[in-house]
Amino acid sequence: MSARKPYVRPMAGWWRRNPVFMRYMVREASAVFLAIYAVSLLVGVFRLSQGAAAYDAWLAALRNPLAIFFHGIALLAVGYHAYTWWKVMPKTLPMLHVGGRRIPEITLSAVGWAAWLAASLIVYALVRGL
Amino acid sequence: MADAEKTIEIEVLRYRPEQDREPVVQTYQVPFTDDTSVLQGLQYIKDYLDGTVSFRWSCRMAICGSCGMMIDGKPKLSCKTFLREYYPGKLRVEALSHFPIERDLVVGIDDFIGKLESIKPYIIPREARTLEQGEYLQTPAQRDQYEQFSSCINCLLCYAACPQYGLNPGFIGPAALALLHRYNADSRDEGWEARREVVNAEDGVWRCMLVGYCSEVCPKAVDPAHAINQNKVNSTLDYFGVLKFLLPKGAAK
Repeated sequence: MSARKPYVRPMAGWWRRNPVFMRYMVREASAVFLAIYAVSLLVGVFRLSQGAAAYDAWLAALRNPLAIFFHGIALLAVGYHAYTWWKVMPKTLPMLHVGGRRIPEITLSAVGWAAWLAASLIVYALVRGL
Repeated sequence: MADAEKTIEIEVLRYRPEQDREPVVQTYQVPFTDDTSVLQGLQYIKDYLDGTVSFRWSCRMAICGSCGMMIDGKPKLSCKTFLREYYPGKLRVEALSHFPIERDLVVGIDDFIGKLESIKPYIIPREARTLEQGEYLQTPAQRDQYEQFSSCINCLLCYAACPQYGLNPGFIGPAALALLHRYNADSRDEGWEARREVVNAEDGVWRCMLVGYCSEVCPKAVDPAHAINQNKVNSTLDYFGVLKFLLPKGAAK
């Protein structure tokens, strides 16, 4: 008869055991703010289709302090999400070589961060009519 | 040992299946010097303090992959971790996370061995070359495509770092998928067809949520997260039937 009696440790609270897991959970949770923001934007498009008055009402609703507070938080969350998105992006690419040398992951991420920053600035300039 | 010998407290998570209902912590005072590894600390315990403490080890130099354990909650090779890093505090050693504890620091790895077999970890050519045809030729650039993934020593630190494996033990897991990619990425291999079911399955690459910790803890810089996540792309291309046109070796079998 086997004397084996393997003990399986519980997983409850696993994400609190390591700062790496905490950061992972924050990364995943930050997408929720992105989703809520996207829904709010879609509502805006829908209101626009209903005419000027409806659209103005939606704009007014966005000036509510609660809405501004949410958008401040969402901006931070989306910023963190975009940062992590580019950080892990190289893991999804095949090995890339230039001149016989492998491109380091940090270079690929840095290109992504730069493109993200440039795109954000262009969009900001367009919206502000600069 | 040298004159400048210091003593450190090591907490060991014990589990003796014949007497313990669940693991218990036992504390030992261990003398050490600057070059004493955690593994040597455990060997001191076994030789001089308590012969009943069980743990696996073999090579003492980060090659065999036997001595992986949780050291202060992080998966590490105990031969490659030194007691001085934890002094003047104490340290706690525990069996590798996410695996069933057989006894003390020894975990059951039957699950992994089965998964390792399932990925067919050997080169599968479309047609074996005959002796007259000579050896399989490969350029250094082709070798670069898989070499890092071939460095895996099956120490299982990556599984202990993977919460997905802990939550869904069916997940094929980081090392097995890295080794799967090691063969798929080899220019001499044409076994995508033979391994695709493992990759594409629910418990294959798609179970990975890219926590990325597996690649951080890997003592051999295998980067399993990279192997897994580029195969999410391959799996998608395979689903749409375009992968066979993209594989560098031509049509996948």
